[in-house]
Amino acid sequence: MDAAVRQLAPRRAGSAAGRIFAVMLRHLYLLRTSWPRILDLMYWPALQITIWGLMSQFMRTQSGYVAQAVGVLLAAVMLWDVFFRGQLGVAISFLEEMWSRNLGHLFVSPLRPWEWVAALVLMSLVRVIIGVGSAAVLAWLLFGYSILDLGLPLIAFFFALIMLGWAIGIAITALVLTNGLGAEGVAWTAAFVLAPISAVYYPVSVLPGWAQAIAWTLPTSHIFEGMRSLMFTHQFDWRQLATALVLDGVWLGLGAAAFLYGMRAARRRGKLLGVGE
Amino acid sequence: MFPLPLREGAGGGGCRTGDPPGRTPVRHGISTAMSPTPAIDVVDLTKKFGSVTAVDAISFSVPRGRTVGLLGGNGAGKTTTLSMLLGLLLPTSGTIRILGEDMVRHRHRALTRMNFSSPYLDLPHRLTVRQNLDVYARLYAVPDRRARIAELAAELQFAPMLDRPFGELSSGQKTRVSLAKSLINQPDLLLLDEPTASLDPDTGDWVRTYLEQFRERIGATILLASHNMGEVERLCDDVLMMRFGRIVDQGTPDALLKRYGRDDLEGVFLAIARAETVP
Repeated sequence: MDAAVRQLAPRRAGSAAGRIFAVMLRHLYLLRTSWPRILDLMYWPALQITIWGLMSQFMRTQSGYVAQAVGVLLAAVMLWDVFFRGQLGVAISFLEEMWSRNLGHLFVSPLRPWEWVAALVLMSLVRVIIGVGSAAVLAWLLFGYSILDLGLPLIAFFFALIMLGWAIGIAITALVLTNGLGAEGVAWTAAFVLAPISAVYYPVSVLPGWAQAIAWTLPTSHIFEGMRSLMFTHQFDWRQLATALVLDGVWLGLGAAAFLYGMRAARRRGKLLGVGE
Repeated sequence: MFPLPLREGAGGGGCRTGDPPGRTPVRHGISTAMSPTPAIDVVDLTKKFGSVTAVDAISFSVPRGRTVGLLGGNGAGKTTTLSMLLGLLLPTSGTIRILGEDMVRHRHRALTRMNFSSPYLDLPHRLTVRQNLDVYARLYAVPDRRARIAELAAELQFAPMLDRPFGELSSGQKTRVSLAKSLINQPDLLLLDEPTASLDPDTGDWVRTYLEQFRERIGATILLASHNMGEVERLCDDVLMMRFGRIVDQGTPDALLKRYGRDDLEGVFLAIARAETVP
């Protein structure tokens, strides 16, 4: 073949779904061959369930409040983990690329940034199902509590919480892209900043006025209030869920904006080829 | 001002200090262009990081099917230029067209047809060689992934290692697998950053021989950034010499040897790095 006159052969453009699946496959291969990673996904949820399960059993004998809603603490622990693991799931899948110095290869492939984010989000879903699913099984085995007793609203709670996790995970991705692995610590601590004002274990009303104002901007507060309402009164508060979903939309918008800014900043500063400390 | 005599069509990337704004960029047209659309067409490309100008208004064009070396010392702007060609780094100004596509606006159209290898990037260590190549074959929508991976494993002689974790391979084996990743989509344009860096002479020679055969067999365009002058002399049809972010000279290896009166490209490189004048 004459090199100089070689004609370009037609190429398959490939589908977005195929590229998203390729990135997911990369992480699934990793999970499949790394038992410490699987253990890590299940360890903390299992530990939390054990501690709070024992605490619930003790409180059930002591407190009329908790006795009214068996498993309220266990449900709160598991739903909080949906948010926390959702956020961590996005951030960890991203950090795996940084740690393995693979990010540059991905970004010179036809993978679009939004496809990459979609793969991170779907991997987060897989990680949450592994982590929180194992905790739910443990709660049933050890304490006879089934999270499925929440019924269909559980699905709504699950997605409303994981969406906030995705929004924050995506924003953390942007932060690490622009600032390097020095910002990695934020991935592990971001959720804990929100925990005190998310009304996970107590109602928003116990917070000081200024903290209540912040709490109501978080989908988590609405979901946990809704969860308690369901468990105590057996009434599903649609208004709380609707508010949470609207707020999720706002938070996802902010996360996406941060990501777009982070990607552009990383491309402007040359961070995509060699992101490090 | 840099003391190299600037020949017609090869001057300072068209951007010597003191040039008036709005100048016409000097194009480094590499050798004989036979294709209507060059593989790489760069016009007045500049990248500034704050007050530091890493790439200073360079212009060049690489016809399809040529192998071109990008030479220069540390900090000359080679990796910055490669990053901009790949769309990983946004230029401050200037235009880049790869295989006819604008890399700032439509980089994904070109990315299906090109690929890249660099010792500064790695593949996930826990994944096997086959899993790594499978992931990239899917990303590039390679039609028959299994056959393509087997073909590359045979060509690059790592078939027995296909089911071993990438992290367990030696440096030479990793280089061959990384090269396979960069060839998985049979690229029309291959960008290589230091393809034989940190390899022993035998493995380095093996890689160079493979690249020679690949170029002859496929006819792809290759842009090669390297510090290894022997490698550039052996593989490249043309050479772009960079210094302080500018293209300070260009030509075939033989033409550069004659021009600088040296026996090898290392002498030419040193002459340019030390800013000697042509004898």
